[in-house]
Amino acid sequence: MNENKTMNPITNPITNPITEGDVQSWPLWEVFIRSRQGLDHKHVGSLHAADAPMAIENARDVYTRRMEGISIWVVESRFIHASNPDEAGSFYDPANDKVYRHPTFYDLPDELKHM
Amino acid sequence: MSLQALIDHTIHLGDDALILGHRNSEWTGHGPILEQDIALSNIALDLIGQARNFYQFAAERMNAEGIVFGQRGGEVSEDMLAYLRDVWDFRNCLLVEQANGDWAKTVLRQFFFSAYQYYFYRELQHCREKTLAAIAEKSLKEVTYHLRWSSEWVIRLGDGTAESHDRMERAMGELWRYTGELFLPADCEQTLAPAGLTVDLGTIRPFWEERVREVLKEAQLKYRESEWMQTGGKQGKHTEQLGYLLAEMQFLQRAYPGCEW
Repeated sequence: MNENKTMNPITNPITNPITEGDVQSWPLWEVFIRSRQGLDHKHVGSLHAADAPMAIENARDVYTRRMEGISIWVVESRFIHASNPDEAGSFYDPANDKVYRHPTFYDLPDELKHM
Repeated sequence: MSLQALIDHTIHLGDDALILGHRNSEWTGHGPILEQDIALSNIALDLIGQARNFYQFAAERMNAEGIVFGQRGGEVSEDMLAYLRDVWDFRNCLLVEQANGDWAKTVLRQFFFSAYQYYFYRELQHCREKTLAAIAEKSLKEVTYHLRWSSEWVIRLGDGTAESHDRMERAMGELWRYTGELFLPADCEQTLAPAGLTVDLGTIRPFWEERVREVLKEAQLKYRESEWMQTGGKQGKHTEQLGYLLAEMQFLQRAYPGCEW
């Protein structure tokens, strides 16, 4: 293991408490859980771990204790790129008045359900 | 087969699981990081769940045969077996009662024991005692994860920094001498194993040794050959560690008998 990047997790909480800096050196991971076969993986939260195998085990221990899942994805948070909330106006508002984008102008046969 | 042997053996299996479960639970709220605090607490709960299954089965057999427990008489319960027996009545291996020490010692103790439990349950699920077989089958999935979790920690620390390696070496020095007892059959096991009612410990020992050798090698730790081994736990002769553990674990039931919450 890389000595510079890895925190030493052996800790006596009284004589050697974990400091903010230690935890910072374990990267943050985003956790996605699939609850049932056929459903999507859904974002459930985040956690700290030293590497991917540990992140999956931590996710198993933290997020699937009550049978919430059958499959886990983890990805380091720094690899997720998000849209900027400040640009929400220009990003999303223009879709508001484009009713023609919704397929609501078709006459559907009565036999067709769940549309 | 002797019924007493079956009861003794079942209680021994329960004691192993309960005592290690309690040791692990001592970390709850003190883990090195929140996620690992939860991981070890989960393992503690798995083990205590296994202990309950064994104690319930032992109590059921004792009640069916009219075996009296202590001086109270009446029905035996799983709680009585856990909370109302003293040090010399416990038949757990010495390994599981050893104090937590640091994280290195805790994960190494878990690794040695999970490796043993894994191969033990894998055989026990095919034994002719149907209830023991069923408990083993259910527990094997839990233990498979315990073994994976503890192996990864042993490798992570052994092959980690200079300090983490030193701590693993120290843990090896403190715990290795308690591993021999895992494969030393008690009288009850010598009665049951030939009848196919439990595992012949001799048959699983090579599997344990191979697995431990593999993981220690990857962890840059030395497998210790032919060192003197401490024994006695399965006969009720314990290290001083167990008394302190029971004092804390049993306090409430001793001070407030029958207390529930």
